[in-house]
Amino acid sequence: MATSTTKALAGEEPPGPSRAGDGKETSRRRGAWLHRLDVKGAPYAFIAPFFVVFAAFSFYPLVYTSWISLHDVELATLDVMEWVAFDNYVELWGDSRFWNALQNTITIGVISTVPQLLMALGIAHLLNYRMRASLFFRVASLVPYATSVGAAALVFTMIFERDFGMINWGLGLVGIDPVNWEADKWPAQAAISTIVIWRWTGYNALLYLAAMQAIPADRYEAASLDGASRWQQFRHVTVPGIRSTIVFTIVLSTIGATQLFGEPLIFGQGPNGVTGGANNQYQTLGLLLYEEGWKNYQMGRSATVAWAMFMVLVLAFVAQRLIKRLRSRTS
Amino acid sequence: MGTLGSLRRKAVATAAAVGALSLVVGCGGDGDSVTGGSKDGDKVTITMGLFGVMGIKETGLLEEYEKNNPGVTIKAEIAGDEQTYYTALQTKLAAGKGLKDIQGIEIGRAKEITETRADKFADFSKVEGTDHFLPWKQSQITTKDGKVLGLGTDIGPMAVCYRKDYFEKAGLPTDREEVGKLWAGDWKKYVEVGRTFKKNFKGGDVSYTDSASGLFNAMVYGYPEQYYNEQGDLIYEKNPAVKEAWELSSDAAEEDLTAKLRQFQPGWDPGLSNGTFATAVCPAWMLSHISEKAGDVNKGKWDVARAPKGANWGGSFLGVIEESPVKEEAQKLVAWLTAPEQQARIFKDLGNIPSSQKALEDPSVKAVKNDYFSGAPLGEIFGAAAQEIPDKQVLGRKDGTIKDTFSQGLALVEQGTPRDEAWKTTTERIEKAVR
Repeated sequence: MATSTTKALAGEEPPGPSRAGDGKETSRRRGAWLHRLDVKGAPYAFIAPFFVVFAAFSFYPLVYTSWISLHDVELATLDVMEWVAFDNYVELWGDSRFWNALQNTITIGVISTVPQLLMALGIAHLLNYRMRASLFFRVASLVPYATSVGAAALVFTMIFERDFGMINWGLGLVGIDPVNWEADKWPAQAAISTIVIWRWTGYNALLYLAAMQAIPADRYEAASLDGASRWQQFRHVTVPGIRSTIVFTIVLSTIGATQLFGEPLIFGQGPNGVTGGANNQYQTLGLLLYEEGWKNYQMGRSATVAWAMFMVLVLAFVAQRLIKRLRSRTS
Repeated sequence: MGTLGSLRRKAVATAAAVGALSLVVGCGGDGDSVTGGSKDGDKVTITMGLFGVMGIKETGLLEEYEKNNPGVTIKAEIAGDEQTYYTALQTKLAAGKGLKDIQGIEIGRAKEITETRADKFADFSKVEGTDHFLPWKQSQITTKDGKVLGLGTDIGPMAVCYRKDYFEKAGLPTDREEVGKLWAGDWKKYVEVGRTFKKNFKGGDVSYTDSASGLFNAMVYGYPEQYYNEQGDLIYEKNPAVKEAWELSSDAAEEDLTAKLRQFQPGWDPGLSNGTFATAVCPAWMLSHISEKAGDVNKGKWDVARAPKGANWGGSFLGVIEESPVKEEAQKLVAWLTAPEQQARIFKDLGNIPSSQKALEDPSVKAVKNDYFSGAPLGEIFGAAAQEIPDKQVLGRKDGTIKDTFSQGLALVEQGTPRDEAWKTTTERIEKAVR
């Protein structure tokens, strides 16, 4: 730092008669060089803090995880690593638990994301109207998002409890047999999706609302002059107007769904949650990772699951791009 | 014209980058002691890492030790959940950092510690006054070459907790002596009583027992060899004890004698407070959980009877880290904490059964009764049960994981999966877990 300061000052020094032409030339050149460095280099210096932190807390773990996944490592003896090349991956490919977890992740992802985004769209549309206490409703819709996963999942677990839960009590009032929410596959996945939907709908609704408010009012005016109904306005003005936000929320929800972990873990309670129920009926990839690492203490296999999750996400986005390209070609 | 301005910018950027870097570097080591303890002239600081309710801090023993030994300060940190505690302990052992001078070790982990981490723990075999334990207790924490890695705190002898009012409604005896005689000597008789209970009980939706896994654990823990043999080979698939326990527990599950609950999980607690089951196989340390969760309304409705057979479920040890700067002092403290007098006191205050033979023979221990459980003579019941525990108990590295997997397998049977299929699933899962 100190040297660059003096150099910079030297470059700024007013040209004096005592200086020979040659020295003036170098100092000017140096000044120009510093100027270029400033223009070109400073932006990198500014973003450096982010990348330094990113490298330490994201990139390094990522690389190290891939290194671990090529070894046989136990949590108790992390210092003893045995090289096994791609054995962990081969094993995972042939492991029925992996395919089961992948399937559960996808089904829970679909039954939580689709209703969630549709409901968010509807709520945002309603919040977009002029109404009393709109601020209250907007804040209220964000409250679930501010609740911690743990608290939300715990409350829902009690609500869905088999013997004394509120939902089964309500079902009993109207004469429906109690549902074994935890032990049966689809009820369990529906219950977990409920937790996710409850937490994230308001957040997405606010994102949509913000995008909706950026749509110029004259488009609606023009549409209504043409005789478009409210529903037609929604379909042909609102939805195209917030398309990029919709894509953004789909991307975010897909990532969130792939990493789903806390909700099913707490819903299953203790060791039973780690395996996603007695029959693995709601074990997600995140839970499988945890089971391998922190129940079976096999860090190598756990890291392999982590990379498999990453690959699933990459595949999902490649597929999405392909579909998009195909569609734009046909249209 | 921005040279000065850009200078300032550069300075800020560099400072930010340096700041970020130092943040990263700042995570490095602290101090030179492996454990938290220290010795400075007469002043000694000893740190402890414990879990659950071991009764050491709760009964004020640490304050007493500090008072009797001026200059000694003890700092105890207690994790609520043993699973979390042990995962953290393993990481710290691997890293050689963040350990405490004294670390609690649960029985399910004892084998793994003696096999893989013996070099990290100090040897107790030469420490004076540590020959008062039940013989099998200390053998569990002793390595093959005779190094003793810790001293025992409590053990988990079994009894059966039952609801007197429900037994009465089912036309069964309610006196604890007679109830104990109903199933004395054989767990099959316990299930048989369950059939009678189911047939005769009038008065609502009450199951005979809480879970099939509770019965399974009680049976399996009654044998010297469970999932592993002495050589450390997995034998659970061929072990007749495991198979017998599986079949009988499956009987109970299929015949709908269980409430299909999972022990120690939230669904179990409302079951206790609302009284949805009439019996639970209960190791000594489970009693405080039952009295707390079943609550005051159920006081006096519960009673405790002898279990059909002796078995040990649970219990812990205290070990000292070899590299601790206060190793001798810490060992002295552990020896004092696990001495017969202190173990007796923890039992009287909290109900944790002593692992010390001498404490078990103490008349004041034998005389302990419990008001919540209708005045049941716990000292007598559990003291006798402790003597029935097999003299040898072979532990295995993955005992805890295998136990959990079996519990889930039985949950499958409770939910209607055929037992052979559930057994197959269970063995497949164990294979994947222990590999």
